[in-house]
Amino acid sequence: MNLFVDAVNWILDPANFAGPGGIPARTIEHLVFTLVAVLMASVIAIPVGFLIGHTGRGRSLAVATSGGLRAIPTLGLLTLVALWVGIGLGAPYVALTVLAIPPILAGAYAGFEAIDRSVIDSARSVGMSESQIVGTVEIPLGLPLLIAGIRSATLQVVATATLAAYVADVGLGRFLFAGLKTRDYAEMLGGSLLVILLALVLEGIFTVVQRLVVPRGVASQRPPVDRARSARPVPGIDPAITKGTH
Amino acid sequence: MTWFWSNLDLLWDRTLDHLILSVPPILLSFLIAVPLGWLANRYRAGRGVILTASGLLYAIPSLPLFFVIPAIVGTSLRSPLNLVIALTIYGVALMVRVVADGLASVDKDVRQSAVAVGYSGWSIFWQVELPLAGPVLLAGLRVVAVSTVSLATVGAVIGAQSLGSLFTDGFQRGIQAEIIAGIVLTVALALLLDGALVLLGRVLLPWTRLAATDRRAVRVARIAEASA
Amino acid sequence: MIEFRSVSKQFPDGTLAVDDFSLTLPSRQTTVLVGSSGSGKTTLLRMINRMVDPSSGTIEIDGADIAQLEPVPLRRGIGYVMQDSGLLPHRTVIDNVATVPLLRGVPRKKARAEALTLLDTVGLDQTLADRYPSQLSGGQQQRVGVARGLAVNPNILLMDEPFGAVDPIVRAELQQELIRLQSELGKTVVFVTHDIEEAFLLGDQVVILRDGGRIAQVGAPAEILANPADDFVASFVGADRGKRALHLERRGDSDLLLDSEGRLAGVLVEPRQTAHSPDPQAPR
Repeated sequence: MNLFVDAVNWILDPANFAGPGGIPARTIEHLVFTLVAVLMASVIAIPVGFLIGHTGRGRSLAVATSGGLRAIPTLGLLTLVALWVGIGLGAPYVALTVLAIPPILAGAYAGFEAIDRSVIDSARSVGMSESQIVGTVEIPLGLPLLIAGIRSATLQVVATATLAAYVADVGLGRFLFAGLKTRDYAEMLGGSLLVILLALVLEGIFTVVQRLVVPRGVASQRPPVDRARSARPVPGIDPAITKGTH
Repeated sequence: MTWFWSNLDLLWDRTLDHLILSVPPILLSFLIAVPLGWLANRYRAGRGVILTASGLLYAIPSLPLFFVIPAIVGTSLRSPLNLVIALTIYGVALMVRVVADGLASVDKDVRQSAVAVGYSGWSIFWQVELPLAGPVLLAGLRVVAVSTVSLATVGAVIGAQSLGSLFTDGFQRGIQAEIIAGIVLTVALALLLDGALVLLGRVLLPWTRLAATDRRAVRVARIAEASA
Repeated sequence: MIEFRSVSKQFPDGTLAVDDFSLTLPSRQTTVLVGSSGSGKTTLLRMINRMVDPSSGTIEIDGADIAQLEPVPLRRGIGYVMQDSGLLPHRTVIDNVATVPLLRGVPRKKARAEALTLLDTVGLDQTLADRYPSQLSGGQQQRVGVARGLAVNPNILLMDEPFGAVDPIVRAELQQELIRLQSELGKTVVFVTHDIEEAFLLGDQVVILRDGGRIAQVGAPAEILANPADDFVASFVGADRGKRALHLERRGDSDLLLDSEGRLAGVLVEPRQTAHSPDPQAPR
């Protein structure tokens, strides 16, 4: 336990708070980095996911692509892109955005697909236009799974951003690698605790948000497991929606 | 390609290292998750605690966990045991929910009729519930296998040898081919283990070749993962 | 009046759901399409509001070919009630009923006020207005579905097995309610069911379908029962057996009606006027 005391002391040491390499600066860097990557991925993945979810087309392609992406080790992608574009922030941004796309994409279309077909069928038969169906039925009802996807993506990006410090001077991961280099276990452990804390805080925020976006009247937070009267083909396994590799 | 052919020995060694790191966590997480998932499904109170804990564990990034485990367990930072423990934690965190949902997805009528024809408590679990939840468990285990293989590479940055070492080494020495070889081998290994599990499923769960059961399983597993 | 003229529908997978179907559905009457699954009855129904477009042939509503009309406005003018109620789970009862008027630009306040009145019409307590569909029983949900179908005061009401998913007691209740409603509102109702009892109870005109939407017989319930066109119809409506094939037997002072197995089905009495006669041949 002595090790943890040292780590906490390291965190609390005022000397580690100052300047661009201090804990607050690194934390903000880590957060901004995460946010930007998730945002870029969302801008790409959400419209495409909605389109796939609404039309039911292109689904198998999306599943295959995102399934394949999930098997790719993040460290491999990071180092490879870093060799291509050089050391700096470019490589991690590209790698993190690519990694964040599959869970958000899957959340977007799975959210639409989890809606009872009869609800959409009846919305169409009472005379809703396609855009009204998307806007007033599919998006509100699909929101919980979309948020779940963004949550997965965010946690994955927070984790991978730590790893990104291996190829770029960015984020809380720097403490881990700096400590590793100088064999300063207090710094490694202290940095690790900070990343874990950050991840858990984000997890907590998302838990609350996920509860809030469940439309009133939809009792269960989860989509019905059995959709006996599903009009569309039953979706196959969808690895993309899982939290990916860290 | 030249690099690839002249370093076959290295690649083979790293692949073996990688297998040693990733296969035990896959097996262990299944063995640990089944009783935990059973508890979570059986007792309401247990469900909240176990599922919340597994959710939080899953949220912890891998690299920091590799640093924290030695401080708790006393293993050395570079020891493979360290990685095996961390990867098992992730596997369990994911599998517990799948097991709980898989058991919950077993048709109530089937369970009732098993009781009615005289199965005892334990034999219902072993002979009815577990086999019927089998397809769901298999789907979950496949996810665990693929992500464990991928995650194991991260250990390379703290010096634990695996296919990930090809990334760190290739990056430091500027050998693109080495990194690409590492990615290809990691993906191939993941697909290989995934395929092995599919085959295992065909042997152990022959009735799942009927599409309906399989689809239900896949759906349950997918939803379980989505809300993990 | 709705007219089908040589309508066929072949789905992309090759199934011929409807084969050369022609029929006139008179205004302000209830036409029931009855058949087993695969008879194309739902496909026929869904062609009327262009949820399905025919592969060939035309459908006219009051002389206008619906293929020339935009589907969305067409649907907004036709009431639709389906088996699963199809209510939006994230909207309250009142908002569900007001869905279509709101789509058509009726001011919110007015739409809600009218929706409240409709709850009365379908026999629902107004206190349920702010509940969500998941908080209602199956029968209540179906009533909300009917109210939503009536919300734009359509001339045509399409009903796709609307009472198929509720228990028999509630179903009987809803059927009586529909008979009452129809006697008050006089819509052109197209009703799909696989239950011949329901068809005879509700239909002014009953259409018995074979596979592929081929008509086995069309007529009033009494005509079909009295003169089944062929063995298929006779067996489908059960005219040859059970309580549909009664015979008279005099015992003592009374005339007894016995079924084909010789079990007592009722006694013969003088006809008298009743308020809600379940007799399908009663005028309404």
